[in-house]
Amino acid sequence: MIGIDLVQSTAETLMRKAAIEIPDDYLAGLKTAAAAEDGDLSSFVLEAMLENYAAAKEDSRAMCGDTGCPRWYVKMGNEARIDGGPIALEAALRRATASATSSVPLRPNRVHPLWRTDHDNNVGIGAPEIEYGFEPGGDWIDLVTVHKGGLFGTDYRMLFPSDGIQGIKRFFLDSLVAFGKRGLACQPAIIGIGLGGSKDACMVLGKRAACLRVVGDRNPDAKIAELEDELKDLGNNIGMGAMGFVGKSMVIDCNIEVGYCHTGGMQMSVHAFCLSSRRAVARIYGDGRVAYRTDPQWFTDYQRRETVEWPQAQTKSG
Amino acid sequence: MATGPNKIRLSTNPTDDAIAALQIGDIVYLDGTIYTAREGVYMRVIEDRVDLPLDLPAVSAANFHCSPAATQHDDGSFVLGAVTATASFRFSKWIGRWLAASGAKLIIGKGGMSPEDYRDHFVPNGAIYLTTVGYGTGALLGRGVKQVRELHWKKELGLAQAMWVIEVENFGPFIVESDVAGNSLFERENAKIAANLEAAYEGTKPAVLKRFGETDDRKDEMI
Repeated sequence: MIGIDLVQSTAETLMRKAAIEIPDDYLAGLKTAAAAEDGDLSSFVLEAMLENYAAAKEDSRAMCGDTGCPRWYVKMGNEARIDGGPIALEAALRRATASATSSVPLRPNRVHPLWRTDHDNNVGIGAPEIEYGFEPGGDWIDLVTVHKGGLFGTDYRMLFPSDGIQGIKRFFLDSLVAFGKRGLACQPAIIGIGLGGSKDACMVLGKRAACLRVVGDRNPDAKIAELEDELKDLGNNIGMGAMGFVGKSMVIDCNIEVGYCHTGGMQMSVHAFCLSSRRAVARIYGDGRVAYRTDPQWFTDYQRRETVEWPQAQTKSG
Repeated sequence: MATGPNKIRLSTNPTDDAIAALQIGDIVYLDGTIYTAREGVYMRVIEDRVDLPLDLPAVSAANFHCSPAATQHDDGSFVLGAVTATASFRFSKWIGRWLAASGAKLIIGKGGMSPEDYRDHFVPNGAIYLTTVGYGTGALLGRGVKQVRELHWKKELGLAQAMWVIEVENFGPFIVESDVAGNSLFERENAKIAANLEAAYEGTKPAVLKRFGETDDRKDEMI
């Protein structure tokens, strides 16, 4: 049985880590981009960002003043039991979000869309979002917090089979060029792409591809992995870099996730996880151990399952 | 970088000469006092005609388009961690009247404003635009904050939209985006990038189903 106080204290630690510590995979990716960048202004910007990550960690302060919109992804092993059940879990995550907003501090970004009411704690109607996944075997829960930033850099379009890869490339470039101007997308970023599903599923897949997969990770489908490489290169050859200045750093990595869609369509969404790609993860085991990491390991074979039943043998291996 | 850009220390109440000496692409660090004001403050002052709660521009001529990651304790003290700008183009409808009402000489934000805003509002008021870097050097900017002096309209506007008055030292980096003549760094860069766009799009094709309001002129600045 996993205690609810442990869930809340772990969640508060995650909120702090996400806001302050740039994940290692993204940092390494940005260093590689900075080394390759030859645009004067773009280079200056990337060097300033690297200094900024160090300053954030050293001073224990948020790396960006816009600390994004905190949200939670909870993945539960099939044998996990939480004291008080899922209702208590949700309350603990909401309490942790509110308390970390003043203790870190984070910017209280969340307001009512019409009345602009601000509770000054990042909690409100539907906020923070809490999404769930399950995994065969295991008595653990994974808590993942993502504080995605940015009002810019995300778009959706209904494409069709006849648009093909050429159409995918066009919409990908359109999204980067449109939102990259003046650096509105806060590039270079991890770009997530959702293909297929339905409109809502496509947005969810793309956002998760951006926020729940790490730099260097590749889709298990070899041809999709190739497309990820190709789109990354395409984005970095626009001639645009950080802040929309002349350069070649737009995409730190490109991650694609797919879902089966209507036979006549090919939905596509594009999501930019910004320069402050805030994510932090902890696994809480049934015996109370807590292990922190930065890789959500969200997209397992089980999460991408495509057959009617998940084979029993795999269920048992956990 | 072999030759870095110019780095300049600038007062938050700069002289006309100091402003005129700045060139687009220069790196600026600020000393003095800044205040935050964005849509909440603009609407309150310009549309609702509420009096300014402080003496502008005497206190400060530097308006930061920003909401800090900060909180106020029950005893009235402040904790301010990181500060980062928000995108300025959305404030275009108020900026002319704001520059006139506040006497601001430095508008600090994300992404600059349109060439028309510079021509019609900034140049006549002797103001320039400084863009933050990154975006998101929030921790570096946080280091330049000496203290929060005042917080106005917290109750009316909430922490994010309230007017924060902040004492700063060596506060930066910022990049000069528009100069006193209204030249824009983003525009200059955009024009250079536009020359390569056709090549970048080679091997792609337009979507079979068009959307309303679409432009195919990718040289457009979109704002």
